[in-house]
Amino acid sequence: MTPTLRLALLASTVLAGAAAAQDVTLTIESWRNDDLTIWQQQIIPAFEAAHPGIKVNFAPTAPAEYNAVLNSKLDAGSAGDLITCRPFDASLELFSKGKLADLTDLAAMANFSDVAKSAWQTDDGAATFCVPMASVIHGFIYNKTAFDELGLTPPATLDEFYAVLDKIKEDGRYIPMAMGTADQWEAATMGYQNIGPTFWKGEEGRKALIEGSQKLTDEAWVEPFRQLARWKDYLGDGFEAQTYPDSQNLFTLGRAAIYPAGSWEIGVFTPQIEGAFEMGAFAPPVAAAGDTCYISDHTDIALGLNAASPNAEAARTFLEWVGSPDFATLYANALPGFFSLNSAPVEMADPLAQDFVGWRETCEPTIRSTYQILSRGTPNLENETWNASANVITGAETPEDAAARLQEGLASWYQPQQ
Amino acid sequence: MAQRKPFRWHVGVFLAPALLVYTAIMIVPLIGTLNLSLFNLDQGNRVFVGLANFATLFGDPRWSGAFWNALGNNAWFFLVHMLVQNPIGILLAALLSSPRLRMAAFYRTAIFIPTILSFVVVGFVWKLILSPIWGIAPGMLDAVGLKSLFAPWLGREGSALTTLALVSVWQFVGIPMMLIYAALLSIPDEVIEAAEMDGVTGWSQFRKIKLPLILPAIGIISILTFVGNFNAFDLIYVSQGALAGPNFATDILGTFLYRTFFGFQLQLGDPHMGATIATAMFGIILVGVCIYLFTIQTRLRRYQF
Repeated sequence: MTPTLRLALLASTVLAGAAAAQDVTLTIESWRNDDLTIWQQQIIPAFEAAHPGIKVNFAPTAPAEYNAVLNSKLDAGSAGDLITCRPFDASLELFSKGKLADLTDLAAMANFSDVAKSAWQTDDGAATFCVPMASVIHGFIYNKTAFDELGLTPPATLDEFYAVLDKIKEDGRYIPMAMGTADQWEAATMGYQNIGPTFWKGEEGRKALIEGSQKLTDEAWVEPFRQLARWKDYLGDGFEAQTYPDSQNLFTLGRAAIYPAGSWEIGVFTPQIEGAFEMGAFAPPVAAAGDTCYISDHTDIALGLNAASPNAEAARTFLEWVGSPDFATLYANALPGFFSLNSAPVEMADPLAQDFVGWRETCEPTIRSTYQILSRGTPNLENETWNASANVITGAETPEDAAARLQEGLASWYQPQQ
Repeated sequence: MAQRKPFRWHVGVFLAPALLVYTAIMIVPLIGTLNLSLFNLDQGNRVFVGLANFATLFGDPRWSGAFWNALGNNAWFFLVHMLVQNPIGILLAALLSSPRLRMAAFYRTAIFIPTILSFVVVGFVWKLILSPIWGIAPGMLDAVGLKSLFAPWLGREGSALTTLALVSVWQFVGIPMMLIYAALLSIPDEVIEAAEMDGVTGWSQFRKIKLPLILPAIGIISILTFVGNFNAFDLIYVSQGALAGPNFATDILGTFLYRTFFGFQLQLGDPHMGATIATAMFGIILVGVCIYLFTIQTRLRRYQF
């Protein structure tokens, strides 16, 4: 090798290094390892094309390990620049420890409603520390082909709902509703938190419970349990030992007609069913025709800024983009069932996802009642609700007893309820 | 003339590796756990609270209710093992040691194999077998016309714990069988021949000659079962989850400890109350083992040939 060539090589290395140094690389911590290819192939290229000079690296960990891994990385100072935020207390704790930066002054925050931001705010709402990305909506997915076969229409009121269930049961070809109590969380999340907001009037009841002006033993909070108790007759044989994957399979195999759902199932069900039958969705039924309907539009995922990040400037640029309508459209279409929290309307191609998100126009949204503040103590209200919902369905506890037990547990540590 | 023996250094040297490893991975964490149970958090600071955590565990009706429920379930879990696993183990060992049995090695291996399977495999396979939707249990019962006997056993409060205990028995019956089989084989032929000369054969030979000779082995099996059952966790966690449903009917001390120590879903972990439960479990097992060592084992007669 001639000295000239060596020099030329050296010079080019130095120059290339200098060019690379102008690029900032942002690393994103996340638990959504399922979404790795979507980030790498759709979301990141879109951002990099619009913002030359900033490179983004999506580095997810397994969901179950995420909280522990993130905490130790933050303590060791080796965490990425952008942190995917769990809703409520887990992220709030990181913010109070100074690990997450205050993002209240981000311009993109104006694109989000108060409910959307509530999961990543201090209790008084003064500071917001993560940019909301997506929420999941509860409702019922039904087998449209089976409904057509039996001449049924999706119900809007409770009476219609039970009439439909009775008819499916009478016909006998389909299990009316696919749900089990073995995993308990199905009963609470897809049951209680799905139909409950209709009775406790969404945000009104949820806030009143936090303030202490309503109790879990009030009519509005006991009635959802009474409804769940009625579901028992419409579940499949041996529902006591039926697990969450069992319920999913019963529905996707076309053996059950109605599935109490969370919208994240859209992305799971559509490829499994492969067009064997058509799916539709209806919102939680209301007591009487014309009543306001309420849906659980639960804030689930957001993105925050590591307070110790050396690339805060670039990270803020990325967060502004995450808060923009462009990102919302991209994300919601890449992951049907995870709905953008952006106030700007988002065009989605998936018809089932459109059904779900359409309820935002007609119904009042709220979040799961047990997530904010009320699950900080022992006994933990969310976990107790799982148990109570399953008990009410199996008949191990009456709705009134279950509600009284939850209230007693909450009052044992939560001041405003004492 | 008392000449002092030279200090035998090699004894210490040979003991050291095992002692060091055992101390580092067993004794230090154990003392750490006992220590942790005496502290709690007060406004974010770790403070010494003495026995206050134990007062909460046994005095607060919510904690004590969950604790006694778990202990009661644990006791039932143990009882099922003692009443089902060990008698079946003895019976199988007696059958295997019969000289007229053909293919004894095959049966021995087949019965022992579940023991080496992972809890996760066993829990999952039995959950599938007993599933009311996809399981083969309802179909098999249907084939013999007994479909009406089938119930979603794992989902019913009354039957879930017993079902899981029986699954555990199925998995571990190989261990008492092997230990007792070994004890039966070690009985010298002269003793058996002498008994036959005296006309003691069959059932009475087993009861009067063999059973007394294998009693020490049965004692050891009982204490192993006791310790194993009161430390159990895996099977329940795998098949029923950390909430040990339905309605805590299968909650044993291990799952109660897990939920408290590591937290679950929205419930954050509480290492101090967790350590308190772990200490209580340690105490229960210690008392049980002591009762065995000082009252039962000292009375067991050993025969030497």
